[in-house]
Amino acid sequence: MIIYGVALLSACLVVGMLVGEYLGVLIGVEANVGGVGIAMLLLVVACNTDRFKSLFEGLSGEGIKFWSAMYIPIVVAMAARQNVVAAVDGGLLALVAGVAAVVVSFALVPVLSRIGSPPEPVEPPDGGAP
Amino acid sequence: MDVLETTFVRNGLVVAFAVVGITVWLSYLISNRLTAGRIHGSAIAITLGLVAAYFGGLVTGGNTGVADITLLAGVGVMGGGMFRDFAIVATAFGVHLSELKKAGLAGVVSIFAGVVVSFVVGAVVALLFGYTDPVAITTIGAGAVTYIVGPVTGAAIGASSELIALSVAAGLVKSILVMIGTPMVARHIGLDNPQSAMVFGGLMGTTSGVAGGLAATDPKLVPYGAMTATFYTGVGCLLGPSVLFLSVNAIF
Repeated sequence: MIIYGVALLSACLVVGMLVGEYLGVLIGVEANVGGVGIAMLLLVVACNTDRFKSLFEGLSGEGIKFWSAMYIPIVVAMAARQNVVAAVDGGLLALVAGVAAVVVSFALVPVLSRIGSPPEPVEPPDGGAP
Repeated sequence: MDVLETTFVRNGLVVAFAVVGITVWLSYLISNRLTAGRIHGSAIAITLGLVAAYFGGLVTGGNTGVADITLLAGVGVMGGGMFRDFAIVATAFGVHLSELKKAGLAGVVSIFAGVVVSFVVGAVVALLFGYTDPVAITTIGAGAVTYIVGPVTGAAIGASSELIALSVAAGLVKSILVMIGTPMVARHIGLDNPQSAMVFGGLMGTTSGVAGGLAATDPKLVPYGAMTATFYTGVGCLLGPSVLFLSVNAIF
C-alpha cells in the first residue's frame, strides 16, 4: 500500500521535528535543531530494519520515492515564493559567496581523497561486473 | 474572470503542481536545446522560479514572490516549509547504512568538512559585505552550503525573507557552477575514481549540482557522489541552526 510508505515518511518527519524542537528547548535556542536531519537518519535506519520491511518495500516504497522525486519541483516552487526583489540588492554577495564556496571546495577534493584507503579504479576493467 | 479566479484559488495547490510541471518541462527543453544538456534542467527551473518570484514581487509589492499573485497562491503552499521538509527527508530513501559505511572515513570527513568550509567561506563573504548580525552571517553562510540548508537554517533562526532569498541565490550560484565547472576541473582534482567521487559529493553537497556535474564528467561516478551528497544537506540542516549558528553567535 502506497500510504504505508507515505505514513512511514511522515512519521519520521514528525518524530524528527519533535526531537529537533525539544533539542532546541534543551539547548536554549529558539530553533528547531536539526529536525530534518534527524528525520532523514530515522528514515535511513527504518529502511534498514527488517521489521519495517512492509512499510518501504514494493508499492509502499513508491510512496516514498514519489516524494523524493518531487524534491526538485518543490524546490522550484520554493524558489518562486522567495523575496527576490529584496535580494537583488545583494546580488553580488550571492555571486561571490557561491563562487568562493565552489572554488575552495574543488581545491579540497584531492586533499581529502587521500584519507583512508588508496583510491580504487571505477570498476574492474571493461564490463567485469556481473 | 471571476469564475477563473475562483477556480484557481479553490484549487490552489493543484494549480501549483501544473504550473511547476510546465516550468520544469520548459526548463528541460531549454536545457536540451540551448545548452546541449550542459546546464541541468533543474537548475534552469529553479532560476526561472527565482525570476518569476522577482517579477511577482515587482507586480504585487509583496514578499513571497509569485505566491502573492492570487492566481498562483498555491505555489506558496507547494514551496512552503511543510512540503519542502517532507521532500528533503524522502530523498534519504534508498541510502543503505552499508553504503554509508562503504563511503568510509573519507566520505564522512568530506561531508562535515564540506559543510563547514562552505559555511565559513559564505560567512566570511557576508562579513566582507558588511553584515555583522549573527543571524544574517549564519543564513548567508548556510546558503553557501546549499540552497536548502540556507532557507532551513534561516527559517529556524528567524531570518528575514530577504536574507533567505539571498542564501537561496548563493546556493543556486554554487549549484550551477558545480554543474558547469565539474567536467572542466575533473582531471585537475583527480576526480576519476569512486573514492574521490564520494569525497567530491561530500564536499560539494548540492545534489543537483553533483548529479549534473558528475553525469557530465563520467556517469559511472554519479551514484558514488550522490551517495555522500544525499547526506550533505541533512548534515547541513543539522549543523546550520545548531553548532554553526551557536559558533557565529559566540564570536559576534
